[in-house]
Amino acid sequence: MPEVEQSPLAVYQAHLDKGELAYQWSAAAGRAVFYPRVVCPYSGSTALEWRVASGLGTVYATTVTYPFQGDGYNIALIDCDEGFRLMGRVEDIDPMAVKIGMRVKFRVHAAEGDEPAYPVFIPISPNGEGA
Amino acid sequence: MSGPDNSGLRRGGAAIVGAAESDLGQVADGFNVIDLMAQGITRALDDCGLCLKDVDGLICATTQSRTSGLNLSEYLGISPAFIDTTIIGGSSFMFHVGHALAALQLGLCNVAVIAYGSTQRSIGRQNASVREINPYETPYRPFLPSSAYALAASRHMHQFGTTREQMAEVAVAARQWALKNPVAWEKKPLTVPEVLGARMVSFPFTVRDICLVTDGGGAIVMVAPDRAKSLKKPPVYVLGHGQAITHANISSMPDLTVTGALASGQQAYAMAGLAAQDIDVVELYDAFTINTILFLEDLGFCKKGEGGAFVSGGRIAPGGSLPVNTNGGGLSYCHPGMYGLFLLIEAVRQLRGEGGERQVASAQTAIAHGNGGVLSSQSTVILGTEATL
Repeated sequence: MPEVEQSPLAVYQAHLDKGELAYQWSAAAGRAVFYPRVVCPYSGSTALEWRVASGLGTVYATTVTYPFQGDGYNIALIDCDEGFRLMGRVEDIDPMAVKIGMRVKFRVHAAEGDEPAYPVFIPISPNGEGA
Repeated sequence: MSGPDNSGLRRGGAAIVGAAESDLGQVADGFNVIDLMAQGITRALDDCGLCLKDVDGLICATTQSRTSGLNLSEYLGISPAFIDTTIIGGSSFMFHVGHALAALQLGLCNVAVIAYGSTQRSIGRQNASVREINPYETPYRPFLPSSAYALAASRHMHQFGTTREQMAEVAVAARQWALKNPVAWEKKPLTVPEVLGARMVSFPFTVRDICLVTDGGGAIVMVAPDRAKSLKKPPVYVLGHGQAITHANISSMPDLTVTGALASGQQAYAMAGLAAQDIDVVELYDAFTINTILFLEDLGFCKKGEGGAFVSGGRIAPGGSLPVNTNGGGLSYCHPGMYGLFLLIEAVRQLRGEGGERQVASAQTAIAHGNGGVLSSQSTVILGTEATL
């Protein structure tokens, strides 16, 4: 048996399949770690604790990428409230209307065929309700 | 974030004595990257009067040959005493200059060549540089590297009010320089409205904000200073070198408005004993128009956030107060995928007075700044003529 039975990616993916956005917490560094890995890049500690994020975050950067055929789509970097950043897509809104500083909430883009589930985001109004 | 202290490298401890491009643009059918490297090396050796049997240090990088150092050694019939095939994106060649300087200083080799080759236009970019799957980014279908640099541009626009028009000025200035370079790919003038109105690739970038996709390669030859003086052309000395790696993927870049050029530039300036205002010719890795703005800021030519205003009004174009990307840049001259070597070649030519119509008058110092990945690896080389030693 290998010493580690489940890769960081497999644990992350299992959370996504349950509708959860998981990240790691490094007690040694006192901060969140993302993407999931086997060592904390801030402290060198291998003691990384899995946590489930609230799913709330803020758009840090945004672009709309245009394929040769078809409509442009959003690609954004999201700063999650727990202090980690990840790439995502803001949906349910014109991709050009996604603005830096916009508050967003996580939802799962379900697995399709060979493609595993992945996190996407939707805008939320200032009181936390869906847009 | 900053690279290791480079105080072990000696200011002027090595010189670039030969520099040449291989064929550029769209090369002859069937040419491979080793052919192009060999062509570049042969021409660079001719440039300084050395020959293949003198070469005992072999340094190269390409995305199209996994063991390029082996293939190139065999092809050239040499067994190098020193070999380095570090590949960390388009800045690899600036990192190589630091490695060559160290190797020459330590006597690990006597004649080092640094070579590059790419046939990405001939075989297609997706074949020349196969993308690795990243489960945390690939699902969002980013065009890499364009989407990543677009994210950085969005942040610069948000924080500092930088405009698409200001970024377009970078492309227009590059085109004006390219029109003075006989081997530049682009041959027609370009205007700001044409940049803004071109096909949108990843907002805020149109195709004119983005570097070319060409074939190409080249080489430079480096030796220790005592040997440099006896060769064909005036030596160009390495006065300063710096390097910094901050991340690999754009989602892990600490601050999208500040690059590792800040740290690599500080190291290079400290080693050279120079500051931005002492630099006569500026060669910056312009894979995207935002790059030139970011690097002008991080290398101290203007304050952080003021790069957009700085490049406006033709300041970096021919006739402007700061000559930047005098060969026409990756935007208009050539960009085979890892562009850094061409910045070094152009800096050498400017310091030798070989710039022809685009020559910067009495240039004594030049900066060649390389960028790799998605603003991930940065390396700064400061070069000078004999008068600057």
